[in-house]
Amino acid sequence: MIPELIQTFLTLDLFPLLGAIFASLSCGLLGNFLVLRKQSLMGDAISHAVLPGLVLAFLITQDRSPIHMFIGAAVSALVTVILVEVIKRLGKVEPGAAMGVVFSVLFALGVFLLENANARGVDLDANCVLHGNLQILFWTTSPTEWSHFLSENIRSEVPRQIWTLLATTIAVIIFITVFFKELRIASFDAGIATVQGINAGVMHMALMTFVAIAAVASFEAVGSILVIAMLICPAATARLLTDRLITQILVSAIIALLTAIGGYALASWMGVNAAGMMASTAGAILVVVMIGSPSHGVIAKARNQRKLGNLVALEDILGALYRLAETEEHTTREQLIATLGSSKRTHKAIDRALTHKLIKVVNTQLQLTQTGLAQGAGIIRKHRQWEGYLVEQVGISPDHVHETAEQLEHLIDPDLPNQHTDPHGKPIPPKNS
Amino acid sequence: MNDLPINFEEIFDTLTLQGGFNTNAVILGTTLLGIAAGVIGSFALLRKRSLTADALSHATLPGIAGAFLISTSLGYSGRSMPLLMLGAAITGILGVACIHLILHHSRLKEDAAIGIVLSVFFGIGIVLLSLVQTSSSGGGAGLNHYIYGQAAAMTRSDAVLMGIIGIVASLAALIMLKEFMVVCFNETFARSTGLPVWLIDSIMLGLVVLITVSGLQAVGLILIVAMIIIPPAAARFWTDRLWKLVLISAIIGGLSGYAGASISALFPRKPAGAVIVLVAGSIFGLSMLLAPTRGILADTIRRLRLKLLIARDHVLESLYEIELQIDNASQPKASIIFIKLMTMRGWIMKTNNTLALTDSGRTQGKRIHRNHQLWEQYLVSYADIAPTHVDWSVDQVEHVLTDELIAELEEALSQRGITIDNGDPA
Repeated sequence: MIPELIQTFLTLDLFPLLGAIFASLSCGLLGNFLVLRKQSLMGDAISHAVLPGLVLAFLITQDRSPIHMFIGAAVSALVTVILVEVIKRLGKVEPGAAMGVVFSVLFALGVFLLENANARGVDLDANCVLHGNLQILFWTTSPTEWSHFLSENIRSEVPRQIWTLLATTIAVIIFITVFFKELRIASFDAGIATVQGINAGVMHMALMTFVAIAAVASFEAVGSILVIAMLICPAATARLLTDRLITQILVSAIIALLTAIGGYALASWMGVNAAGMMASTAGAILVVVMIGSPSHGVIAKARNQRKLGNLVALEDILGALYRLAETEEHTTREQLIATLGSSKRTHKAIDRALTHKLIKVVNTQLQLTQTGLAQGAGIIRKHRQWEGYLVEQVGISPDHVHETAEQLEHLIDPDLPNQHTDPHGKPIPPKNS
Repeated sequence: MNDLPINFEEIFDTLTLQGGFNTNAVILGTTLLGIAAGVIGSFALLRKRSLTADALSHATLPGIAGAFLISTSLGYSGRSMPLLMLGAAITGILGVACIHLILHHSRLKEDAAIGIVLSVFFGIGIVLLSLVQTSSSGGGAGLNHYIYGQAAAMTRSDAVLMGIIGIVASLAALIMLKEFMVVCFNETFARSTGLPVWLIDSIMLGLVVLITVSGLQAVGLILIVAMIIIPPAAARFWTDRLWKLVLISAIIGGLSGYAGASISALFPRKPAGAVIVLVAGSIFGLSMLLAPTRGILADTIRRLRLKLLIARDHVLESLYEIELQIDNASQPKASIIFIKLMTMRGWIMKTNNTLALTDSGRTQGKRIHRNHQLWEQYLVSYADIAPTHVDWSVDQVEHVLTDELIAELEEALSQRGITIDNGDPA
């Protein structure tokens, strides 16, 4: 016996959920290469443009046979890709506009044919085109026994859309696995691909064909809007988490899964459109990652910047005090802040230097401690070496090098062991002094 | 064919704005909107913002549904047109702002940013729309029309409002023409002259929003972007001058709007938005093929002529070189038909199965041979190309040398003490 709760799930939700997962996976995986090639919007164009193909296939064959629909949509997807290329190359139209012209005209053609076809049935409703029709995928003869899953007729009970989507997902995975090397090179650098004997143009067409197949297979179940969202969002999100393509693809697959399941659950819970909710979920995940990604997130970037800023402030203080120590001058805290520019960061950096015992206060005067002196020497060494390098190797005049050296000293050690004075005649402190 | 129940008179009346008052208002309003979209679209095209406009128009959906939900929950009628337009404008602008945020705060590129905003905002819109449909009793059913548009359902005041917005937006664009032009063509220059580029960009965006929002009802939010993209893209084939581009684009936009709205008013089941876009698309296709300067046909003819010219030059040059008895001179390679054509044209003649130059052919051959030598010497002495490597690049350039260039080459070479004689046989 299957418990009633699970049985309800099996009846109403299993197939829609599976459909959403397969659609998300196949589109999400392919999206990685579209995002890499800066062609995300090709997915957008294709998914708009399959509409006339679907309607024409119906008008010509007068039936809703999935094969005919599939061929019609795939043909119009390929027509889109070719037309965009033709208009871009022969017409010399800006790529964005070329794409916009092609997909809006084809979509308009689809809407026009649709209105005329009297085909406003289950499959071909103009609104279903946008957000699909997941809820019709319920299990008509829902099983009551677990053993039913092993029975003979289970194969025919699973809706055709699920089989199509499953086959598409497997095909996409095989395509990406087999041609991973070619896809990667062709996406990163078409020129290098050609040199290595890989035809980048053929790879492009192959990729577009698979995008078209995935779009068409997903279209009926989840609608064009989720196709676009899934072609772009999971890959874009993964791209914010890693720099390696393989990792990115795996991460995007996980995100696609999470989006499909999470979006579907939320939609069932709130009683709203599932495809729309999944697209929204994809957006929400992207926002979270964009802000919180440990490597490329907004927070991480701000934190790194603050860290660098603090380091620069501290090093500037140590450098300034070292210069004063060279001429045996002293300075009070107020004077130092006045010369370095009064900012919260400088104040904090002085406090930090005091707590770390890099500097000390002697009769209201600031002085470097032994460790502070060593660090200050290191910074001045880098600064003066940079000045020397800039004058001698780059050919900048000595009175123009200070600013540049001031920035470089915090980042890179030029390490030029044979220099002993800078262009202004000041001594370069020895290493590890 | 029972879709055509009307007679010629009715067609004529509608097209000449003598139909019903409501129909006239819709046709006129759509025409004005088309003109405005054509004008403003020109700048969007030059600024490469065509697809940003697409994201913008998709991003209006959550605004429409949201405005409906909020106003009904406050007890007002949710169908108030200005309120829905305000909501649409707000989320549309928000969508564009999100594109900028993604571009500036992540490593994602523009295509991904546009696609993300487009799909996610539209997804949110679909969610809100399904909330509208479950929560309100039938009142929200009409909101679907904003997706595909339904010109027939427009009231007269809606159409008048659309027309007025069209006029205002076109005028605003014409007043700002100079500023828009500078920003479109050279952003850096505009900045250096102290123009507030972001402000001008924002005004441009504001006008796009205005067009998008006011066209939602007639054309629908998916296809409205076509009215902004297609007319200027088609106009671009006809001219290289900006004011002409704006003018032609406005005409194409107005024509599409007029034709689309009329056809949709005359025939049942012809959605205005789709017809407008199809008309505009046909004009685009014709322009791309037939436009005299940038059209494919004109371009192909030009290319073919140049190809023939070069082929002719090669034949004449090789024959001339044979006459000069230059070492590696060889018989020209050309098809029999081409040789026949050249014989008919009087450049060459066939005697004893060998080809020879006529007098006029010899003059030409001499000229080409001399150009070849000029360019060759120039490359050797000025561009530091080894004498053995020159020929390859010479063959392509020698055919396109103009008289001015030849004079310049002679001048440049004589400065280095090199003169090329007139190429008379030694």
